[in-house]
Amino acid sequence: MGHHSNWPEWIYIGVVIALMVWVGSEAWNAERLVEHIPADAEVIKVTGQQWFWTFEHEDGTKEIGELHVKVGKAYKFEITSKDVDHAFNIHDYVVLLDAVPGRINTVWFAPKEVGEHAIQCREYCGLIHYNMRGTLYIEEADKKS
Amino acid sequence: MVLELQKPRPIWQIMFSTHHTDVGLMYLLTSLTFFFMGGALALGIRAELFYPGSQIIADSMTFNRMFTVHGTTLIFLFLLPFASAVGNYFIPIMVRYKDMAYPKLNAIAFWMIPPAAALVWLGFADFTWYATPPYSIISAPGPAADMWIFGLKILGVSSVLGAINFIVTILKCKHPDMSMGQVPLLAWSFLTSSLIVLVAIPTFAAALLMLLTDRLGVSGFFNPAMGGDPIAYQHLFWFTFHPEVYVLVIPAIGMMYEIIPRFSRKPIFSHSSGIFAFVLLSMVSFSSWAHHMYATGMSFTEKTVFMIGTLAAVPASAMHVFNFIATMWNGRIKFATPMMWAVGGIALFFSAGAGGVVNAAMPLDFQTHDSYWVVGHFHLFVMGTIAFGSIGFLYYMFPYITGRMYNERMGQVHFVMSFIGTVMVFFTQHVLGLYGMPRRVYDYPPIPEWITMNQIATVGAMIIGTSMVIFLINMIYSSGKGKIADTDDPFNLGGKYYWPYEAKNPHH
Ligand code: HEM
Ligand SMILES: [Cu+2]
Ligand SMILES: [Cu+2]
Repeated sequence: MGHHSNWPEWIYIGVVIALMVWVGSEAWNAERLVEHIPADAEVIKVTGQQWFWTFEHEDGTKEIGELHVKVGKAYKFEITSKDVDHAFNIHDYVVLLDAVPGRINTVWFAPKEVGEHAIQCREYCGLIHYNMRGTLYIEEADKKS
Repeated sequence: MVLELQKPRPIWQIMFSTHHTDVGLMYLLTSLTFFFMGGALALGIRAELFYPGSQIIADSMTFNRMFTVHGTTLIFLFLLPFASAVGNYFIPIMVRYKDMAYPKLNAIAFWMIPPAAALVWLGFADFTWYATPPYSIISAPGPAADMWIFGLKILGVSSVLGAINFIVTILKCKHPDMSMGQVPLLAWSFLTSSLIVLVAIPTFAAALLMLLTDRLGVSGFFNPAMGGDPIAYQHLFWFTFHPEVYVLVIPAIGMMYEIIPRFSRKPIFSHSSGIFAFVLLSMVSFSSWAHHMYATGMSFTEKTVFMIGTLAAVPASAMHVFNFIATMWNGRIKFATPMMWAVGGIALFFSAGAGGVVNAAMPLDFQTHDSYWVVGHFHLFVMGTIAFGSIGFLYYMFPYITGRMYNERMGQVHFVMSFIGTVMVFFTQHVLGLYGMPRRVYDYPPIPEWITMNQIATVGAMIIGTSMVIFLINMIYSSGKGKIADTDDPFNLGGKYYWPYEAKNPHH
């Protein structure tokens, strides 16, 4: 075993640790901001069950497999499941949270532009997991629904 | 001849022997058998995903069962037994003892694997390799799920028995002239990974029992319909299986520590930093389990704690990479097959770790979690790092076991094809994940980018599959007909770099 000096290794480890501290603090800060739910966010109750999504708006209207929202508003999803675990996912808006029976998980988002986006399930839930899909319709703020 | 297989002996003498090299051989053959069986399932999965719609698999239930058994098989019936094979061959020799500390226990630990494997394969369960409730309680069909649970239970006991044996062999049977600091890094890797097994496995063993009684309806630990908490299962599961991923990777790094210095014809850059990094990794491996659960609805504080715990493991992994590079630096490197696999494995280890850091950073994980990214991430470890290290090591052991040389050209073709294939499959899967493709899906919408990426991945998988056929032919042909190897220095490394261990353990 050689008795050489180890300083390059120490410098290298120092750099790695510094990088991790940087990544960690950036991540911490970003997540803190992302999780701050605006007070005026409208609640949408999301229920997963084998193998479709049900949405209930604050005014009591329900939708299955489709979700209509308006540009410029903030929405808070209250997500749960009727049977097994699912994961509610709007990938284009980085909305992802498990739907767990017996629990309500919350996540929020604010649609920016009119358009259509895929809703999917991202937690294995059995036979038709691959097709537990839906569509998010983002509409003009003034349009009547 | 150290790991001899030369004197022809009837097969039953090898099967029912308790000698460490015989048990090692049984582990090795078992592990390779399941490597090919599990690999065949992977090719089926990739073929199905080549194009949207149904290709070769008739229904999603079959598909779901295939990836469940694929994952279970390659982790528990390929990687773990492979490590045990290497440990059995090498640990007693490295610590200069005549056998494992408890030879009979050793054979028993091995013989628990075939019945467990039969349960897993005959059941062919569909609830993924982590059997999450409530699906695994209320939805997973029939005896398949129970058979899987019993199979895993048996494998867990086998792992614990094996770990005890390695720990005792290293700590208690080590030659008195040898200090712990002189124990080779491969043996250190087995010591630390075995310690992780002892601490980690009991938790999952308990969870499996709870799952079973939940399925029988006599308890409701994880069943929300009975007031239970399904998330509790995930904590128990990952408390075992995050550390367990290090149980898999640490021996593979140990194998690279055998190969790299020898084929660089230089001593290891720092033996003590290798030991330090192993010990550190085995401890921090317990601080990060819930990074698999960011999306279950954990609080901000919980997520922060587990992110820090995860990032804390990175410097220790990075130390190994440094040690490898510093060892190769200015070495007279000989790129024979084992060295190629080891170096390729280190490169993929580095990429895998970088992807892991992305997963660990909590806002980013919501991009990657449960998408194809994660599949790419952990395959860069399990295939790119661990299987690469293991296959390289198998080439390295080959002359010592069989007394013959494998075909070098075929070994190199095997490596090049596997490396290209691995990059094609698992790097593209990262991209697929960023596009949003969920994992564990039988079918996907015909989005052009998704189709292209899936096709690249499938072609890559076929390249890997082809290279494995070359591998198989090489192994079978060369063990009977290969050139007789000079077992003092089969790789022609010269000088002091040949077989360094003195102990020779003849059969008793
Ligand atoms: C630098 C070290 C590592 C870091 C930072 C890291 C980080 C992570 C994170 C955060 C996840 C969760 C991703 C998600 O589900 O969203 C994950 C998943 C995973 N990692 Fe790693 N990891 C590291 C090393 C390893 C090693 C060494 C292995 C295997 C030998 C491994 C195997 C896995 C597996 C199997 C999964 C996914 C399990 C599943 O969902 O089926 N990781 N990793
Ligand atoms: Cu699902
Ligand atoms: Cu983990």
